[in-house]
Amino acid sequence: MKNKFTSLPNGLFNRGGSITDDVMPVWMQETIKAIMLPVAGLLFFLLIWGTVAQNIDTSLGKFPGPSQAFQQFKSLMTEHNNEREKEVAFYQRQEDRNVDRLAQDPNFQVKVRRYTGKPTFIDQTFTSLVTVLTGFILASIIAIPFGIMIGLSKNLYAAANPIIQLFKPVSPLAWLPLVTMVVSAVYTSDDPLFAKSFVTSVITVLVCSIWPTVINTAVGTASINQDLLNVSKVLRLKPMTHVFKVVIPSSIPMVFTGLRLSLGIAWMVLIAAEMLAQNPGLGKFVWDEFQNGSSNSLGRIMVAVLVIGMIGFLLDRMMLMLQRVFSWDKQAILR
Amino acid sequence: MNSKNIVINPILELTGVGIEFPTAKGSFKALTDVNLKIEKGEMISLIGHSGCGKSTVLNIVAGLLQATEGGAVLEGKEVNEPGPERAVVFQNHSLLPWLTAYENVELAVKTVFDKSKSKAEMKEWIEHNLNLVHMGHAIDKRPDEISGGMKQRVGIARALAMEPKILLMDEPFGALDALTRAHLQDSVMEIQKDLGNTIIMITHDVDEAVLLSDRIVMMTNGPSATVGEILKIDLERPRSRIEMADDPKYNHYRQQVLSFLYEKQRKVEPLTKPTRGKISAAKEIA
Repeated sequence: MKNKFTSLPNGLFNRGGSITDDVMPVWMQETIKAIMLPVAGLLFFLLIWGTVAQNIDTSLGKFPGPSQAFQQFKSLMTEHNNEREKEVAFYQRQEDRNVDRLAQDPNFQVKVRRYTGKPTFIDQTFTSLVTVLTGFILASIIAIPFGIMIGLSKNLYAAANPIIQLFKPVSPLAWLPLVTMVVSAVYTSDDPLFAKSFVTSVITVLVCSIWPTVINTAVGTASINQDLLNVSKVLRLKPMTHVFKVVIPSSIPMVFTGLRLSLGIAWMVLIAAEMLAQNPGLGKFVWDEFQNGSSNSLGRIMVAVLVIGMIGFLLDRMMLMLQRVFSWDKQAILR
Repeated sequence: MNSKNIVINPILELTGVGIEFPTAKGSFKALTDVNLKIEKGEMISLIGHSGCGKSTVLNIVAGLLQATEGGAVLEGKEVNEPGPERAVVFQNHSLLPWLTAYENVELAVKTVFDKSKSKAEMKEWIEHNLNLVHMGHAIDKRPDEISGGMKQRVGIARALAMEPKILLMDEPFGALDALTRAHLQDSVMEIQKDLGNTIIMITHDVDEAVLLSDRIVMMTNGPSATVGEILKIDLERPRSRIEMADDPKYNHYRQQVLSFLYEKQRKVEPLTKPTRGKISAAKEIA
């Protein structure tokens, strides 16, 4: 039988134009565009990265190119899996031993000790995610009502504005020593629910990431269509009904713009905070690798860089999806 | 000439209403000495050139603006804040875009009949009002899913559902095309015939004013605008726009309004320089 490719209609090749012109349906062309262009961009980036990396010599060897980074990624995964196996084995051993001792002495008090292996790259990533989301959610819980309040009252806005403008540009690195000291002094419990480092990171993230949500919520609230405000007045809506039926739905797009900015900042701040304060997480991973200074370190840091970027991107997509769910205007183009 | 406009038992009375707005260059007097009495069940049009303060009068009655002189009294009570007994139909519908037609009306019904109507009664009342404006088929549509005319119908249903003592319409059909406007005018006439609402409507449209109104209040140009003339429209109801078009009395009223607007209150606005026209004309000549 003939190869099916040779039996294509001649019309495909009989003119100089592109093949896609008259054969492919438009949606297919669009899909190809939507996939091929980003892939082309990525390939171009990898090419540049690979070429440039070869030409940079550091005290820790050549700067890692894409393939070295990928090697390190694989080895980080293997380390993680090994660590997990060790952990499982540890608990298994412990349980066996406890069973043995119970068999010998029925009055034996069983103690379960926790595995204290070193946190792997995946563990660190997970810690960072939990920390950033906690800080961000706390920040949002404070920022949205506060933003609505100052958006509703011009006077309150005028009073709050200097504070917002003053603290908005402050770098996390400036806050961190203060937060660390305050947490050490204030958060003293014999049986703490959270680690001090976690609390420090969360508060630093909160303080730095709260502002975009506050500002955007306030602007969204203050710029509600005057006609809708008049409707609310004519209906004599109760203050709470006014807020929930008119103000919040109307300012949702701006609130989400703020939330997305805040989450982006929260993620950036967290990495810096972990690095400086030795809080567990991706930031600490990067710092430890830097201090470690093995020939693999730069490659591992490069993996961390890419993972940090990837997670930042995914977090933003997540907010976009939430926005789609909460937005009443389904026609609006969100990007 | 206002002798034929004596209103014996007014539902709404505006006495010596004036308003000044503070501006950077000192205060600006928009309205002065507006006097108007409106009888129950009357349909009044306010007509005048743009910027003459028609909307300001309406907003004072609505309570959205406070008169700095004189005041408005509705059924013996001075108006000093907005309220549902003076429902407003806004020019651009002003429906909450995140609520369906039903929910928009519901919001009004829930606040007005909070205690006096049961849930089932409210539902029935909301549906009744939407049916009244012929929107029963689009009860669950959001504003962005229906046409401009339909939005305005829902806006009217929302206002009617508040059972207002007086219905205020701020250029309700201004943003609609001529055919849709005619439909809505007929709807309003029908509803007013059935319910006997008292209505104040702002309009730019002379035909609309003559066709719908019992009296047309013609306003002078601002600043310091006031009531110029009041024209009583003595035409049999129901009025049909087709018959009216051929009615000498109707055309006479029309002529009177036009003469007020374009002869007595001719608005002289500086024309913008027709530079572009000149250039293209020059090119054509070349």
